[in-house]
Amino acid sequence: MTYAKPAFRHPDSKTNEVGCTRRDYEGGLSTLCAGCGHDSISAAIIDACFELSIEPHRVAKLSGIGCSSKTPAYFLSGSHSFNSVHGRMPSVATGANVANRDLIYIGVSGDGDTASIGMGQFTHVMRRNLNMTYIVENNGCYGLTKGQDSATMDTDSVSKKGDINPYMPIDLVRLGIEVGATFVGRSFSGDKAQLVPLIKAAISHRGFALLDVISPCVTFNNHQGSTKSYANFREHNEAMPVDFVPRREAITTSYDAGMVQEVCLHDGSVLRLQKVNNEYNIEDAQSALDAIAHHSKQDRILTGLLYINRDSEELHDVLQTASKPLNTLSQRDLCPGSRFLDSINAGLR
Amino acid sequence: MQPKESINDFVIKFANVNGTGSASANGMFAKAIFRMGIPVSPRNIFPSNIQGLPTWYEVRVSRDGYLGRRGGIDMMISVNPQSFAKDVSEVEPGGYMVYDTTKPLDLRHVRRDVNYLGIPLTEMCLREYTDSRQRQLFKNVIYVGALAALLNIDFAILKDLVREQFKGKEKLITPNIHALEMGHQYASTHFTCPLGIHLKAGEQTPKHIEEFDQILMDGNTATALGAVYAGATVAAWYPITPSTSVVDAFEKYCRRLRIDPGTGKKNFAIVQAEDELSAMGMVIGANWNGARAFTATSGPGISLMSEFLGLAYFAEVPAVLVDVQRAGPSTGMPTRTQQSDIFAAAYASHGDTKHVLLFPATPAECFSMTVEAFDLAERLQTPVILMSDLDLGMNEWMSPPLEFDDSYRYDRGKVLTGEDLDAMAERFGRYLDVDGDGIPYRTYPGAHPTKGAYFTRGSSRDEYAAYTEDGDVYVRNMDRLLQKFETAKSLVPEAKVKMADAPTQDALLFFGTTASPAYEALETLEKEGIHLNTLRLRSFPFTQEVEDFIEAHDRIFVIEQNRDGQMRRLLLNETNVEANAKLVSVVEYDGLPVTARKIAAVIRGHLGVNNVTPLVPQEKDIA
Repeated sequence: MTYAKPAFRHPDSKTNEVGCTRRDYEGGLSTLCAGCGHDSISAAIIDACFELSIEPHRVAKLSGIGCSSKTPAYFLSGSHSFNSVHGRMPSVATGANVANRDLIYIGVSGDGDTASIGMGQFTHVMRRNLNMTYIVENNGCYGLTKGQDSATMDTDSVSKKGDINPYMPIDLVRLGIEVGATFVGRSFSGDKAQLVPLIKAAISHRGFALLDVISPCVTFNNHQGSTKSYANFREHNEAMPVDFVPRREAITTSYDAGMVQEVCLHDGSVLRLQKVNNEYNIEDAQSALDAIAHHSKQDRILTGLLYINRDSEELHDVLQTASKPLNTLSQRDLCPGSRFLDSINAGLR
Repeated sequence: MQPKESINDFVIKFANVNGTGSASANGMFAKAIFRMGIPVSPRNIFPSNIQGLPTWYEVRVSRDGYLGRRGGIDMMISVNPQSFAKDVSEVEPGGYMVYDTTKPLDLRHVRRDVNYLGIPLTEMCLREYTDSRQRQLFKNVIYVGALAALLNIDFAILKDLVREQFKGKEKLITPNIHALEMGHQYASTHFTCPLGIHLKAGEQTPKHIEEFDQILMDGNTATALGAVYAGATVAAWYPITPSTSVVDAFEKYCRRLRIDPGTGKKNFAIVQAEDELSAMGMVIGANWNGARAFTATSGPGISLMSEFLGLAYFAEVPAVLVDVQRAGPSTGMPTRTQQSDIFAAAYASHGDTKHVLLFPATPAECFSMTVEAFDLAERLQTPVILMSDLDLGMNEWMSPPLEFDDSYRYDRGKVLTGEDLDAMAERFGRYLDVDGDGIPYRTYPGAHPTKGAYFTRGSSRDEYAAYTEDGDVYVRNMDRLLQKFETAKSLVPEAKVKMADAPTQDALLFFGTTASPAYEALETLEKEGIHLNTLRLRSFPFTQEVEDFIEAHDRIFVIEQNRDGQMRRLLLNETNVEANAKLVSVVEYDGLPVTARKIAAVIRGHLGVNNVTPLVPQEKDIA
């Protein structure tokens, strides 16, 4: 159903196509630490939804447990939200999406919530290519329990206490490409110019969109020696700029043609990627994996849109569910009535 | 020894090797007796194995219509040398042992008080068939043919059953009927048929069955049909014995009923999850979004789902779970039955939680209670667990035909639509107790552009769903949840009370599959002059009548199939009566369904009437 937005708003604030101002996409006040990268990501989500002219009530926000998972309270207060249990957001999102395919699903998780306790569900939701945007706010540590290393922490990274991490990190984007995510990007909470178009593209993508967003923890993981600090990341980031052009807008930005790769999304929107180099094809999984590994070896973190498969079957295609959402079916649609029971009984005599 | 004699009242057990095709032949045997209009209750006693281990099939024929296990075996069909020693020891004196003469009998275990009926099953198959698979499969069909002669089964019915079974594979019909005839022929020429124990159609109307209009179905299929009739559109699950056939049957019926004829698309979704945690999460997500969703599992699944059950309880999201219980703890005996998840289910999750439980005793109740479970879950906005078990779920039970009232309408609970929200003057509070019954109103995501959105969470919140760590607000919320549980008492199915003919202060209390043997034991004891009132529990929370019943009696035997008397303890925990001294635990937990004889013997012992001559040797009763 579609409702008109209330008419009242500040006369100067810009409205989008559905008559909403940016304020309509905001949420409650953040209770995270001042300077937390997660708040920048919330702001980027707000910008992306505003710019895409999404009706807030058509979005369902989901999260697990942890600092990152608190953030759905800080954006889109007009949307229903589900802050579930630790590491289990993917299953709740799957059930919700199966029940109503017409909403936009945005999941927010952290590196502990995704790469440790939620590893199983994270892997399987990608295998199923659930149509959702899954943002990992990746700071390499557990904030709420005072800074323990998480599974995405790089080997030899130094903790605040001075301990050196001896374990291998889990690279979420490589895992995502391997197990079936159909849109895989990596970004940095401090790079709004790259992050906002990436989120917009992820939402427009039909299928599972993974965004691994490096988001430094100002309190526990932003010191010298930490590989997830602002300084370290800025120094090692190999950014591929992204420009997202929604289907209704004319392409105005001009690039040197040879330097631009255009990717047309399912809904007719266009993603324009300014190529830093011509080293790989983002529509080829192996090529993407090779590029990520290559940069990693050079001690560089490749960001931007890393892989996309535009013609995949999302879970509803696989399950062959009807286009009318399952949660709208009534008793008349669903209950076979006593006459069918008579035939069942007859077959059991 | 004088061979046993009985018409339409005996127990036959088949001792087979798992994976040799005996199940379909044995099933045909039971179904033929059922078709003759004679009450029958077959049970699979199977191993956690695909091929090779011993497996049994116990068929009780009861002219009185008793469907529980009686105890004792009158005839053993022994086609598995592995288990011969155990099998022969179970036969009652004067009973029969049908065996394969191709292999020599293990003389160490041969008893003189048992009547042996040898049939050269293997030899007949080797002679008749060249294909090794056929040699194996037809052995089963041959002994069914022989039993038709020995027990007086209507041969025409057997032939009909073969034709039904192989509908679409017509070339298999003739060889199967030929195998039946071979067995029949052998038995007719070598033994005096029928034996002392045999069948007789049209003998008498069974006491419990007014008119023989019965169906034969398993509880899991009935449960699945219940989910279809309740309008469940989402099933999320992880395979686990003995619950798997719930989702299998749900899929089967949905494929018949829920595919749009125009588009070929499905009005249902079944997702096989990566584990039970995920299955439960999907059920919660779908219910949150306003679809009726359920999962089916067993004890280990309940353990894994406990975290999510706590979330659904606290965040007040409806969910329907089917727990087809098996023998625990841990992996326990995965293919054996128990009623041992009572505590795990009632209090699943950390913190203060309680869940609504339903206890079906028959396939008809599996059907009706599953329909009811979805209404209860949505009305109460909380998980509801159907507590079935392996015996009920996986075995075929004789049952009156399933019924459905077409005038019944789903109760979707307190849901505010966009129109409702527009009409509301006051602010929507997701956890506000507007009606004083502890049940708040909810909205589905997407219902209204500016109203009704709220934050669902497992952390403490106020009436408007805002996060809070205020102790008073938390207590208010927890108390409301308790009040909601009180409200549940007025909605859940009532217990069934049956008073004895003579006044008594003693009573039996039981639930689920314990009911059949308990009612049978009750009648046996009545004949001996022992009178007992009975109460069959059908739900948790316990209704007022359960408390009244306990109050009204001096001694109540709580019969259940677990070691610790979990239901007894739950009664002590959750009722306001001083009952510790009067609730006497009667338990059976060897993984096989409890027998009527066992229950009667234990009650006799408690009542100090062991001097009453039992109908059968006592030592066999107490396992």
